[in-house]
Amino acid sequence: MIIYHYQVLYFPRESLKPHSRTESSSKAAFLDHCETLWMRSAAAWRDAGLTGLLNEIANSSAEVPKWLSVSSGCVLALLQRISSFHGSLFPHLTLSSEDMIAEFSQVLKWSDCAVRAFAWHPHTDKFAVALLDDSIKIYNPKSATAPTLKHRLQRSVAAVQWKPLCASALAVACQNCLLVWHVDPCSLSTRPSSGCAQVLSHPGHSPVTSIAWSPSGSFLVSASPMDTNMMVWDVAAESCVPLQRVGGGGVTFLSWSPDGSHVLASTPAALFRVWETRMWTCERWPCLKGRCQSGCWSPDGSRLLFTVQGETVIYALTFTDTPGIPSNTKGPKAAAVVADLSETTFNTPGGDIVVGGEIQSLAWDPRGERLAVLLKGDPQARDRPAMIAVFKTRTSPIFELLPCGFVQGEPGTEPRLMQFHPNFQHGALLTVCWSNGRITHVPFYFLSAGMARHGLGGSPPQPRPEERPADYINQTLYTELTT
Amino acid sequence: MFSVEQSCWFIRKVICWRAAASVAWAVLLLPPSIAVFVIISRVSLLHPIQWISECVSLLTSATAIFSFILLCGVVLIVGFLNLEYYTVIPSIACSKIALLGQLLHPRQFVSSLVHCILGVIVAWCCAVTIGGRYQTLGYPCTQADGSPQLCLNEYQVILLLAGAFVGYCHSVLGVIHNMNYVSFHTVQQYKYLRFKGSLPLVVKCSAIQALYSVRNYLVVYFFLGYVPRTWICKTLNLQLNSSLHPLDTIAGLLDFSLLYHLWISGTFLLFTWYITLLLFRIFVTEVYSFPVQSSFTEDVHQCLPKVLTGQQPAILKFLALHDLALLSQHSPSRRSEVFSLSQPGGHPHNWNAISQECLSLLADLTQRLVAHHDTVATNGRAKSLSTGSDKKSLSSESSVTSGTEDVMTPRPSVLIKTPASVFLRSSVGSPLTVPFTPDLDSPFSSPALRRLAGPVEQCSPWHGTVQSPHIMRRGPKLWSTSTDSQANSLPSSPAPVPSPTPAASKPSLLAQFLQNRKEQVLQSDCCPEPELLDQIRLLIDSLPEASSQALFADTQSHIWALEGLSYLVKASFSEDQFGVVQTTLPSILSSMLVLQEAVDRHFKLPHASSKPVRSTSSMEDSSYKTLRFALRATLKTAIYRITTTFGEHLNAVQMSAEHQKRLQQFLEYKE
Repeated sequence: MIIYHYQVLYFPRESLKPHSRTESSSKAAFLDHCETLWMRSAAAWRDAGLTGLLNEIANSSAEVPKWLSVSSGCVLALLQRISSFHGSLFPHLTLSSEDMIAEFSQVLKWSDCAVRAFAWHPHTDKFAVALLDDSIKIYNPKSATAPTLKHRLQRSVAAVQWKPLCASALAVACQNCLLVWHVDPCSLSTRPSSGCAQVLSHPGHSPVTSIAWSPSGSFLVSASPMDTNMMVWDVAAESCVPLQRVGGGGVTFLSWSPDGSHVLASTPAALFRVWETRMWTCERWPCLKGRCQSGCWSPDGSRLLFTVQGETVIYALTFTDTPGIPSNTKGPKAAAVVADLSETTFNTPGGDIVVGGEIQSLAWDPRGERLAVLLKGDPQARDRPAMIAVFKTRTSPIFELLPCGFVQGEPGTEPRLMQFHPNFQHGALLTVCWSNGRITHVPFYFLSAGMARHGLGGSPPQPRPEERPADYINQTLYTELTT
Repeated sequence: MFSVEQSCWFIRKVICWRAAASVAWAVLLLPPSIAVFVIISRVSLLHPIQWISECVSLLTSATAIFSFILLCGVVLIVGFLNLEYYTVIPSIACSKIALLGQLLHPRQFVSSLVHCILGVIVAWCCAVTIGGRYQTLGYPCTQADGSPQLCLNEYQVILLLAGAFVGYCHSVLGVIHNMNYVSFHTVQQYKYLRFKGSLPLVVKCSAIQALYSVRNYLVVYFFLGYVPRTWICKTLNLQLNSSLHPLDTIAGLLDFSLLYHLWISGTFLLFTWYITLLLFRIFVTEVYSFPVQSSFTEDVHQCLPKVLTGQQPAILKFLALHDLALLSQHSPSRRSEVFSLSQPGGHPHNWNAISQECLSLLADLTQRLVAHHDTVATNGRAKSLSTGSDKKSLSSESSVTSGTEDVMTPRPSVLIKTPASVFLRSSVGSPLTVPFTPDLDSPFSSPALRRLAGPVEQCSPWHGTVQSPHIMRRGPKLWSTSTDSQANSLPSSPAPVPSPTPAASKPSLLAQFLQNRKEQVLQSDCCPEPELLDQIRLLIDSLPEASSQALFADTQSHIWALEGLSYLVKASFSEDQFGVVQTTLPSILSSMLVLQEAVDRHFKLPHASSKPVRSTSSMEDSSYKTLRFALRATLKTAIYRITTTFGEHLNAVQMSAEHQKRLQQFLEYKE
């Protein structure tokens, strides 16, 4: 008898207060203090840089010579012109940080989502959940304490990820910086101090929308749509190497292949890059329609599935060069369409449902046998909800992708975020975060071809009926199963 | 200067060529930087056409070509100095007085002098390029009595002296900031991309550094400017033009154009030198791929196992370890050569040589950490290790298990009883146990262990003894477990402090003198003048951060050894056909665990900061300051890499109970 206790968590949206503070909001609450122009200029320079200084000078025309205020006003106007021109080249630069994260996040409707990021530990059963109130909670089935991580700089968490080959390190992509928490797994403390967090920041590299650890645990890459640099961090030394490629105007999404040989880096423009991690060179992949929205790698790192904004298909790229041998043979010349997810109407007892359309994110289970696709749906139409479609996949001898089923939540809820458990013994376990703040786990029991061949871990569990669109949510708090 | 290294094939065939290539590139980059300098120095926004045409005519003139040739010579000499002074192990001054000793070292004095002269030459080139009032040293003038004479052009003097000053500052700051330290990047990039990535930083650094240097120079010139001026007047028989303002006054120095030109010249000077340095660093640290084995006997000394274990300059060892770390990670075909057996005989010579060397490196570091910890624990503060060198504790000898002795290789009779064979290495000349005057050139590992690590002595009976539970039972304590071959076994009692030989390292008389004075002062604790003593103590007390840095100065090699070992062990799970790795697995695991314990203990010391300091963006390569954090992370990852790969199979590996327990923590992801 095998019983799994994967706790179903519930974070009601109402119980979480989002922070509505901005940098300058507290300023108005205090009385205006008479400072000399020098002091104010210095403060403005410190707070807001050159534009702040110029603004300050231009605004205090009574105290400065006329030529100075006029010239600083001119320079300010010129700077604004330049930045608006730059913004017209790359429209995403005009967004605010929050909007930018919401736009480029893998989470559907990130801004009003109670659970903003989720990450399974790559080796154990613990996971981290980033919530709307900018706190992160860590749940471990073997421990009664659930530490809550809070930090002054931990705002607008866009992504979290555990460091591979490490028990404690958790990287957090925040609005202004990267945080790497070191949460001692044996500690009983429920509020680790902010001294446990390393702060990694680089001028101009904010907001961070995506992070990825190398599977060997040695590097962390981070991306910001505002910065054309992709940062490769040596976390222990807190040093970074910027890898700059100007085209695209930023980097939005990163995904490191499981074998560590490639990194997918998409940009806000219709262009994405695939970096080779040995010498850090990249291939450019221009898309026709929109930017690359999401992507995922097959377990052996040889195949990349990705989706493009504005299209309803999944593309595949195959990388044949074996890692380690520097070969001049470039990858494929063009991506192949492997699945078409155009809208289809299904007749259900509750009425017709239209499924399909644009894709928010992709997730491939660590054995390469199930592919989950989060479809955006249409928020205006009631019969076109966001939904997770699941496909059976096989990578060898040829790539196959077969429809398998759908995962649906309680009535009125929609999936926002999903991730596969990295080492579920008996198949695949998909964790889904719903719009009502619930986190549930959807198991897929199957006899893995790879498992049967290797014969590790004793007798494999009996195969169960494949997948049920029936909602597991209405069941008990624990998903349990007996064999 | 070259005599010691001349013998090494690697220096001759690789490093020298790399240095030459870097200088060649620096020379090729000179014309564009001169052009940019000319354009910026003659900038006049009001007459753009005249400005451009002047620049073009100047760049094609004979003066420009002559100064280009001069600058080429300067770059050549700077490149040579880079090659001569570079080091892969930074010399970290543990106290202020040690830093002073470094600054006053004759070798450093030569370098400063050369940099001063080079600075003057570059400044002269700048002066003739800028032209105008800076063009010549003397000019005809009429004195008050109406007679024509040659007068001194103070503008050129101030520029030339600025060059000398900036050059001197560059050389002094180079010592303080370990500018000659060459670090290896963890992120591999092609040379061009790396250069392109660092170029903005070089421009920024040279501009900022020039700004500070010029500011300091102006202060110096304001107070002492008359000294060189009168001296030049006297020697060259020039007159001072009394009708002009002298420049060492406030009014004279507040000349905006003069300040601008000083700053631009300083920036140009530093830029050319930094570019040369940057190119040198990029070229020297490029990955060199050593063959793992060769079928030709004349190439055997160039193969990875031989290179790793041989006596050699540190750069060769570092590049070999770097190559090992990369091959273990990326190259299955080269890994299979490592796991292969020798053709007649069937011995895994390659793997043995490589693993022994890596393990001895780790044991060396463990030993160093234990010794440091013990000194700190006994004294309450980190005294320089050298002061307590003579108290070789006999207690440690008594605790030696007899088993370790009887298998030891013959040694000089005095040392044969000491269990800490690693200390032999440090007494042979490990620079790091001598933080006072760390040696730049001596190889950092001992011949004593290398003899053991050589493939000839690598016979399987050794492994048999190591693995037998007999020995394991004899060493239940964490510090006394045999790490690999018995020679590496560590003492269980407070370790004797290594006997350093300051005289054997850099024969700096001054440093020697300072060292002696320091010891005298430290011994005369009953001195009746406490205030004075405190003052002196402030000078000679070791800075805690620095002593920790010095302890880990060469840790990049240990990081690679850990990475190489763990990746090889991980790959051996599926690739090792003959099971050669299995025999060494217990010793690899236990030496990693022992090191882990030592590192943990080190980070619990009150002095050791637990977080890396923020590095400022400058040309100074401060990566040596964070090496210990990188080591800590790498060590943990390396152990996890092995435990994740082998999983429950590790329970079958024979190890002491303590290590088993520790390993279980890793298997449960609780570390």
